[in-house]
Amino acid sequence: MPIHDQGYRRYLGTRAAIGKSWQVMTRAGVMTVVTKRIFIGMMIFGWGGYLIRAVQIYVSQVFTQASFLAPKGETFREFLDQQGLVVFFITIYVGAGLIANDRRANAMQLYLSKPMTNYEYIAGKLAILFIFLVGVTFLPAMALLLTQAAFAGSFEFIRNNLYLLPAITLFSLAEVLLAATTMLALSSLSKSSRFVAVMYAGLFFFTTALFNALRGITGSSRFAWLSPSASLQQLGDIIFRLEPRYQVSSAVAAVAVLVMITGSIWILTRRVRGVEIVT
Amino acid sequence: MPDISPNPDVQDQASPARFAGPVVKADALSVRYGKNQALKDITAVFPAGAVGLLGPNGAGKSTLLKSLLGFLVPERGSMKVLDLDVATSALEIRERIGYMPESDAHIPGMNAVSFVAYCGQLSGLPAVDAMQRAHEVLYYVGLGEARYRNIETYSTGMKQRIKLAQAIVHDPDLLFLDEPTNGMDPKGRDEMLELIHDLAHQKNVNLILSSHLLPDVEYTCDHVVVMDKGTVATYGPIDALKGQGGRVYEMRVKGDQQQFIEVLKAAGYDVHDTDEDVMRVFVPGTSDDGTKALFALAARERVQVRHLRPSVPTLEDVFARAVGEK
Repeated sequence: MPIHDQGYRRYLGTRAAIGKSWQVMTRAGVMTVVTKRIFIGMMIFGWGGYLIRAVQIYVSQVFTQASFLAPKGETFREFLDQQGLVVFFITIYVGAGLIANDRRANAMQLYLSKPMTNYEYIAGKLAILFIFLVGVTFLPAMALLLTQAAFAGSFEFIRNNLYLLPAITLFSLAEVLLAATTMLALSSLSKSSRFVAVMYAGLFFFTTALFNALRGITGSSRFAWLSPSASLQQLGDIIFRLEPRYQVSSAVAAVAVLVMITGSIWILTRRVRGVEIVT
Repeated sequence: MPDISPNPDVQDQASPARFAGPVVKADALSVRYGKNQALKDITAVFPAGAVGLLGPNGAGKSTLLKSLLGFLVPERGSMKVLDLDVATSALEIRERIGYMPESDAHIPGMNAVSFVAYCGQLSGLPAVDAMQRAHEVLYYVGLGEARYRNIETYSTGMKQRIKLAQAIVHDPDLLFLDEPTNGMDPKGRDEMLELIHDLAHQKNVNLILSSHLLPDVEYTCDHVVVMDKGTVATYGPIDALKGQGGRVYEMRVKGDQQQFIEVLKAAGYDVHDTDEDVMRVFVPGTSDDGTKALFALAARERVQVRHLRPSVPTLEDVFARAVGEK
């Protein structure tokens, strides 16, 4: 009897309902990344900011001389601003190859020949980046809020600054969505993850440089909308009820961020296909 | 229209029944890539069993498979796979089919067993079952010993096998195999064909094999759909198409061959000149009367028959006749 007669038989077990394949993809993507030492190092670095802020809160609570270190509403805004650097590196490390590597290995036609739509494919990839970015923005910010309550022994600060809960959520969501969708869109445009990383960094630095150049020439910051990161900062100031740092309206800043996110999703829906059509 | 009903001999009564009706129906299907009309008004029925999709490069075979997968939206017409409409039930169809693409394809950074198990999970299998079946199908396709190696280190032949493994891990009702022997050495090719033959005839997996290689289709399939320039040139059971109620003769004559060809054509014979001085004459009927008539015509035209030998009909004859080649 040939060996293959022993190796194939009918499958009579259960099957998952259609529409859950993206979860399999996300789970596999997350598991692949968390086993990498570089990523673990990045996450430790990412939570380093939380640890420093936690020490600051502890000192302010224990030593009355250090009460000037006590957290205010803007402390959380500053914290999320600082986390922007971590978001940048994790986005590049995790996101650059998410679609580019699939394109290099022709994996997209394999994925889309399974019971999975291109929207589910995008959702699955987006979820991988989303989970890690939420892990260095929303989660440590919320943990910091709870740490304050724990060291203070009361929820008074949270009660007095209730707006912080939706503010942290909204700003983290905007920051994560902007980074994740932009990176995925760029990743869908190339087969090289390194090139994607360079493109993302280039987009980030070029738009910021362009805005700063126009700011230097005109003496006004009304061109902040040209830079996604400046638009996000402006939006953050408004969300956290702070004095806006640029001379651009909140609506324009919000539209700039929204255009970036929807534009990226549009590119993704155009690029994620089972067959590449060259005419 | 030729009889294209499923062959009852290939049904294994011991295993659970698979889909037995026509696996694919295309009705007036047209697909266009920009200005290029890839498929033109295709109407075809693919019966259960092993069906070869035969045609030269650029005939539209891969386009048809990709349309059936729902990757391409047709300009006109409709398609049904396993009795489900491709336009409205693409996901239900993809859950029940396995696709082996023509080009190299894998998930980066995975070893073979993880990759195949992952594909099983993507098709809806629970993680434990997917892993168990991944091991089984990797042994089945001959990659058992190499299953913990990273796929990126595999040879071309191994990559073909791993693509087959990922296509069958979830036990599909229908397999689409796009040029499965591409780039394989002769031994590997024979083994791949043996696997496909076994899947179709012992494991009762319905499959559509797209290939430009006539021997591959002839060895593995019971039915064939011949495509040429985006259209279906002919289709039906291979045996019936090869028979066609007549015999093909190789004939060489001394005298004016071209004039004799014209005479034969005028007499209603299907004649194809070849590159050498041999012509292939299709003689309807199975009695010897046809050859007597050939000799009579030759005598009348004062042409000497130097060579007349019945030719074993091959799928190549079917293909040549269908696409009008010499």
